Parts: sequence; structure tokens; C-alpha cells
Amino acid sequence: MIGSIIVVGFFILGCLLGWAGLLPDWIMDADLSMYVLYALMFQVGLSIGSDKKLKDILRSIRPKLLLVPLATISGSLLFAALISLVISRWSVFDCLALGSGFAYYSLSSILITQLKEPSLGIQIASELGTIALIANILREIFALLGAPIFLKYFGRLAPICAGGATTMDTTLPIITRYCGNDLVFVSIFHGILVDFSVPFLVSFFCQL
Amino acid sequence: MFTVIGIMFAGIAAGYLLRSVSILQKIGKPISYTIFALLFLLGASVGTNPQIINNLSTLGLQALLIAVATTLGSVCMAKIVYHFFFEKKGGEK
Repeated sequence: MIGSIIVVGFFILGCLLGWAGLLPDWIMDADLSMYVLYALMFQVGLSIGSDKKLKDILRSIRPKLLLVPLATISGSLLFAALISLVISRWSVFDCLALGSGFAYYSLSSILITQLKEPSLGIQIASELGTIALIANILREIFALLGAPIFLKYFGRLAPICAGGATTMDTTLPIITRYCGNDLVFVSIFHGILVDFSVPFLVSFFCQL
Repeated sequence: MFTVIGIMFAGIAAGYLLRSVSILQKIGKPISYTIFALLFLLGASVGTNPQIINNLSTLGLQALLIAVATTLGSVCMAKIVYHFFFEKKGGEK
């Protein structure tokens, strides 16, 4: 728990310093966070590769693992449809398109803005795109910060399903940290499949 | 995206070759520090994005509802799938 408070602290500190304009330009360079992510992935790789149980992990991959991405996708879509009853501004299909981002905020927000422009006009389409951006960034943040809580109350697969399309890169380190190295390949497998579903599902719901 | 996975596999190969080096068993700490740095940078990019900051109140609430609903839906399904298909009766973990 203390670890996740420290993580929130760093995130809020970044927000405040960025908002106040106190950060030098080189920090805001998009390449920097990419290199930090690379450094992180290399370390995660080191920890997997040097794990004495690596062979047992590889042997544990089974067809029933398909159930994990299916749980993520069906759960997200079901609850996105339910919450659309509360959000009167947008149709149920708009909400399903927003929910189909699965934390893949860059792709889903761009797709939604472009696909909705012909029917809604540029102004409303970019509003929907901005919601997609914020909602899916929030989901990634929830997945990063909530991992220990999801693990405790919803079992060992929950941090993976919460992470959606990000479980093969940005949220992978935190999943490994809390769920253990034996779920790393489940997490990557899940991330790849959910990731591929994003463009298909988003464009499907945008056309309805 | 695939660069990221490629780098991880390079790390796996390096880790496997160097697995007898004892310092590698303590990789958890530097991983935590790198996660802190990444979250700080994510916060910084949110804080400096005027598109997000200016519309935070109006669009943020709807986005929050969607994010909470989809995350909750996924972890609930995760619990069901874990309970029926993955939970080991006795045995390890």
C-alpha cells in the first residue's frame, strides 16, 4: 500500500510541476519517457531471464489463457453499456467505443475523433475524442495505482484485466511486481490480443 | 510497441545468460525507482496538456465514469474467470 501511495505522489508531483510550467523542456521531450520505458522493460526482461523458474513459466501457457483477454473485453463492454444509462449526453454505442480503448488512449482517441467527424461534426467528434483520451489515460492510471487493491479483492488475474491493452508494456512492470513473474507471459499474451482488438472494436462501435 | 517487447526479450536473454550473477536477484528495487520516474513523466505530460487541463471539469466527469466502469467490469470478469478456471485447489499459491 505504501508503495502505491509513493507512486501516486510521483504522478501528482509531475502533474503539478508540469501545470505550473516549472519543468525544463528536456523533461517534456516525448522521447525521454520512451527511453525510461525502454530501461524499465530491459530491467523487467533481466528479472524474468534470471528467474530460476523460467522454464516452469513457459510450460504454463495453455489455450484456456484466451479466457483472460475475453474477460477483459466482455467486462469492459458490459459495464460501458451499463454506465451509458447514466451518461445522457452520448449514445450507448458511443460509450462502447469509449470503453473499447482498453487504456490504449493514443489510438482510441484519434480513431474516435476521425470516425465520428462525418456524423457528428468536428466539434462534437473532438469532444468525444478528448473523453476517450482522458478515460483511457485514467484507466491506465487506475491499472498502475490500483494493482495491489485489484489483486487483493479480485484475485491474481484482476491487475492484468484492469490494464487492458497496456499489459504488455507500460503496466507490465507493475503487474510483475504484484502478481509475480509466473504471470508475465499471461500478461504479455493478454496485452497483445486486447491491443489488436482496439482498432476493430472502436471502428465497429463508431459505425453503429 | 514491438520495440518495447523486443527490448524486454533482449533483457530476458541477457538475464538468462547472467542468471548466476547474484546481484540480478535484487532487480526489484531499481524496477520500483524506474516506475516512479515513469509515473512522474506521465503526470508531467498530463499537467502540460492544455487540451486536458482546460476541459477537465466538463469532459473529465464523463471520462471518469467510463474509466471506472470499464476497469470495474474487467476486474469483476477477472474474478469470475479466475475463480472458475485458474484457482488451484490446494497446492502451491
